[in-house]
Amino acid sequence: MVSGRLLSDSAKSCAEAADVRRILTDGGAGPEGLAAHLERHGALASNRLSSAWRVAMVRETERAGLLGRGGAAFPTGEKMRAVLSETRQPVVIGNATEGEPASMKDRVLLAQAPHLVLDGATIAADIVMACEVIMVVHRDVRPMVDYAVDERLQMGVDRVPIRVVTASERFVAGEASAAVNWVDRGRPVPLGKPPRMSERGVGGRPTLVQNVETLAHLALLCRHGSQWYRQIGTPEEPGSMLVTLIGSVARPGVHEVAIGTPVSDILALGGGLSAPLQALLVGGYFGSWLPSDTTIALPFSALGLGVGLGAGLIVAFPAGACGVTETARLARYLASQSAGQCGPCKFGLPAIAQELEALAEGRPARMADLDRWLAEIDGRGACSHPDGVARQILTALEVFHDEVVQHEEGWCTASGEDFVLPLPTGKSR
Amino acid sequence: MYGLRGGLRTSTPNWEVSMSNPVRLRVDRIACDGRGLCAELLPELVKLDDWGYPIIAECIVPASLEELARDTVDICPKLALWLEKTNAEMTIDR
Repeated sequence: MVSGRLLSDSAKSCAEAADVRRILTDGGAGPEGLAAHLERHGALASNRLSSAWRVAMVRETERAGLLGRGGAAFPTGEKMRAVLSETRQPVVIGNATEGEPASMKDRVLLAQAPHLVLDGATIAADIVMACEVIMVVHRDVRPMVDYAVDERLQMGVDRVPIRVVTASERFVAGEASAAVNWVDRGRPVPLGKPPRMSERGVGGRPTLVQNVETLAHLALLCRHGSQWYRQIGTPEEPGSMLVTLIGSVARPGVHEVAIGTPVSDILALGGGLSAPLQALLVGGYFGSWLPSDTTIALPFSALGLGVGLGAGLIVAFPAGACGVTETARLARYLASQSAGQCGPCKFGLPAIAQELEALAEGRPARMADLDRWLAEIDGRGACSHPDGVARQILTALEVFHDEVVQHEEGWCTASGEDFVLPLPTGKSR
Repeated sequence: MYGLRGGLRTSTPNWEVSMSNPVRLRVDRIACDGRGLCAELLPELVKLDDWGYPIIAECIVPASLEELARDTVDICPKLALWLEKTNAEMTIDR
């Protein structure tokens, strides 16, 4: 267990060291206008449709090692090549669906630097010679994006038209094929089977679906090159990334950090701990629970932690909270967010949630069945919803093992009253 | 449930694999309705979960089962099964 004081003593110096401002602005002043944006980052290259520029940009993206920031960490350069290998003219989707209820980073980014994201989207469109950019954005930031698109239209900065679509708020709506399905048919659920979106997406066209944070990094990478991009981060996971830091920290919020920054320094960015720590949830609601005492000194990177970073969520889970109860509550929510298209997910997740709820309430739970279902569900959906939920629950059962044992005997040792993990209230469909 | 006593084999080190045209059995999870015919016809590669949905071995279909696998694909009432050509012997790419 890590005391609150341990961190806050050195919090200030660590926070200064960890603070990175590549894609975020210093906030405060609201969305950065086009003029201020161009002054800060410089104009875009003017030769953007020459084949030399396009080839160079794909190569720079690959050299930089830019990975997608929507959760799956797929190499961006590889996605571009897949789209480029198709014959039809493609479409680019800038994805800020942010269906993860605890994540805020895509919205914060668009509320601070909408033009950097739109730069990235139009650069991506020029690289793959797309005929349209479609921005699928959370309703919270729709006005900022509309305003920024209008500014660009008046200044005539972009070759491609930019269409803005308000995202669906279902958890699975941000998955690439679900975003395409939402744009095309108004159905925010993943599509099964091949073809991939890079082959056939919006209107049957090859579609490059990129998270908006990825696009912001692309906008800078194309201005400054891959060497600049790799100046921070780790050799395997270069660059900076956005993290949403919530839970028992003094100031929850979104921060930009170099990948590989020690977890303790990231917690210091949030003003240090507001309560002793029990565990950390890393990545998101598809992420992994990690014990805090061994994790806090490790570098925040997929290799450093041994788990995926997902969409960059870090939940500081306080000692007084009950990991079993929170896991059951989260499992029920995630079961409700299944698109209901695939049997294993549709029936398996509610069954899993039911046993976890029994455990949380100290009633007899079918633990052997629970373990088997969690193992069997992996990889058996059209999207990775069931896999992500199972991973998160399996790590919870491991990290909160002592509390699981207490619950099996009918006890709960938690003292806290409030839930730590935020879930959407009201209608979730 | 029929044919499940043999258990599920997830790896096939000694089975004869047709190297000319290795395939894996795949299922469209959205189309699948859990009718369960696949597990009856091909228990070597398919077992069912508690709700009757198939759990398919990730391995390459052994040559000795290829014909049966093709029949199973044809007979699925939801047309949810297909055989996918594959190069690597045990890729886990879904």
